[in-house]
Amino acid sequence: MSENEKLLDVQNVMVSFHVGGWIGGGRLAAVNNVSFALEAAKPEIFTLAGESGSGKTTLARLLLHDLDPTTGKILFEGRDLATIKKRKDVMEFMRKVQPVFQNPFDTFSPLSHVEDYLFDTAVNFGLAPNRRSAAPVVDEALHQVGLSLDEVSQRYPHELSGGQIQRVSVARALIPQPRLILADEPVSMVDASLRMSIVNLFRKLRDEQEVSVIYITHDLATAYYISDRIAIMLRGSVVESGSVEAVLDRPRHPYTQLLQESVPKPAAADREQWAKEIKLGALEITEYRQVGCKYASRCPHVMDICRTADPPDLEVDGRMVKCYLYTNDAKQGVERSAHLEDYKTI
Amino acid sequence: MTLLQVEDLRAYYRTEVYGISRSVRAVDGVSLVLNHNEIYGIAGESSCGKTTLIKVISGTIKPPLRVESGSVRYNFKAFDVDMLNIDEDDLRLNVRWKEISYVMQGSMSVLNPVRKIIRTFEDIVKTHQGLPDKKLFLEHTRTHVRTLGLPADVLNLYPHQLSGGMRQRVAIALATVFHPSLIIADEPTTALDVVVQRGVLHMLKAIQEQSANTVLLVTHDLAVHANVADRVGIMYAGRIVEEAPTRIIFNEPRHPYTQHLIQSLPVIGDKSPKASLSGAPPSLANPPSGCRFHPRCPMAMEICLTETPEMIRLTPQHRVACHLMTGARA
Repeated sequence: MSENEKLLDVQNVMVSFHVGGWIGGGRLAAVNNVSFALEAAKPEIFTLAGESGSGKTTLARLLLHDLDPTTGKILFEGRDLATIKKRKDVMEFMRKVQPVFQNPFDTFSPLSHVEDYLFDTAVNFGLAPNRRSAAPVVDEALHQVGLSLDEVSQRYPHELSGGQIQRVSVARALIPQPRLILADEPVSMVDASLRMSIVNLFRKLRDEQEVSVIYITHDLATAYYISDRIAIMLRGSVVESGSVEAVLDRPRHPYTQLLQESVPKPAAADREQWAKEIKLGALEITEYRQVGCKYASRCPHVMDICRTADPPDLEVDGRMVKCYLYTNDAKQGVERSAHLEDYKTI
Repeated sequence: MTLLQVEDLRAYYRTEVYGISRSVRAVDGVSLVLNHNEIYGIAGESSCGKTTLIKVISGTIKPPLRVESGSVRYNFKAFDVDMLNIDEDDLRLNVRWKEISYVMQGSMSVLNPVRKIIRTFEDIVKTHQGLPDKKLFLEHTRTHVRTLGLPADVLNLYPHQLSGGMRQRVAIALATVFHPSLIIADEPTTALDVVVQRGVLHMLKAIQEQSANTVLLVTHDLAVHANVADRVGIMYAGRIVEEAPTRIIFNEPRHPYTQHLIQSLPVIGDKSPKASLSGAPPSLANPPSGCRFHPRCPMAMEICLTETPEMIRLTPQHRVACHLMTGARA
């Protein structure tokens, strides 16, 4: 494997769905021109963040090869996902890319023992010829998440705590020794005192098992804690992406600024900033249909040009920002709108 | 001025099947006082008894839930109510929704999916007040919704046409039609993302400030409490382990459980490794002896295994139930 080979390469992907009826219906771009890549040589945790209805889950389905993009392509280890059709290839792909879902109690059948699912995974992916010989494989995967087969065997999902069962579902994902784990909101259902155990587990997997993780969330605080890079999504487009420190410590896109400011700070001293009046989004569909920047109707710095065409991707302070504010022509406009802001507060 | 006084409340779920009786001690000795005009936050993990406490407070006590001992007393503006000895009809007609209303987590299941929002408003007003003049009702509802910052158009939509945040705000609007003295909000923003959460909480706070009533905000998210609540009570395994004004809870937490919860909160700008508590939340059917936190407590002493710690007042506003505090005093 060469140095600069990419594990995952998403190139200008777009997905559009049909909404509405035959008459008056239209197409809606749920994922709009998204590109990013994960290096094969350097495992990392990449966060996709954004509010609900921003296309995070559609993108996750694309990456799991559950949905084909309308245009653009996704390469995994240099191979286009669209060419993976044969059963053998699909199995091979599924072995390397594994999902972890939001609610662990939905992942496991309430009527069977939790380890059944682990044994099935091991047998189905050909890591063991039969259930009896799969025990060491399953046990090893459970050890990686700080559990053991003795602890979970003969137990039903309801007998385990939320943190434990989510760790079991991560262990299940680890059985086929994947290169990439796609975790869709893995901690939002887990109790506060156990949440950090799952989050720390992803860190450990990256550092010790060299597994890359795509972490999909709207919780920016845990995203900051574990990830290396982050992409902020808004209505299908990535509006800002770069290293997590750059994007969340000094956000540049007005939407990222709003998101970052909206994360409630766990210190009672910072209440004023959070309590500032905000403007909530209109119906999702109307924002999706908007021409130009999708944030224009809520943006405090909106200019005329924002409503005409999609903003360009610009390189600002070592991260990508999709906003007209950082084009050279707009510099004067910024000053003007900043001035207007002051006027409003008076 | 107190609105609600709960004293040493014990509410257990008791089941008896084939002669084997089991009891789950979901609320086990909770005392708390809610004042008029404040936001009181209750924080705790799932299965720590938060929802059971709310059920008893709101008078929804149905078997197998039974109140073993204790009292729940309200002082409303016009009348007083003893929640544990109230007539069911009286409760339904005069107290529920008029004095106590409830905002639930899953607003989708609160609103009837086959009726427009306005019909749901109509149902509520009809049940609790009667509907002599429909025109007046429509006008009142429109102004009510508008003062809460929602477009009046939402009234003519069906629940599935609204986004999650909008639905939750409609649920809050429904809960405040009669301007109740107490609004109980059980995880009102858990399923929402940060921006919408902020909007919904702003609305809840604005309503509270306007009508100077009381909000009992239940959520596991401490960061929300830090920004919204005036006082916070931390629950663990059916008991309140610490209670203080928000600023004190976050700046000088005294109970090891509270300290852990606050230290383990991830913050933007801090990447230092944060530990997680060992063990799992205890089962309430068979809670640990003595202090219920002792199996997971990093500072557990011998006395913690056998004796239940008493609630001690450190200051008039700050209560803690931990043997470390008594040790420090002796």
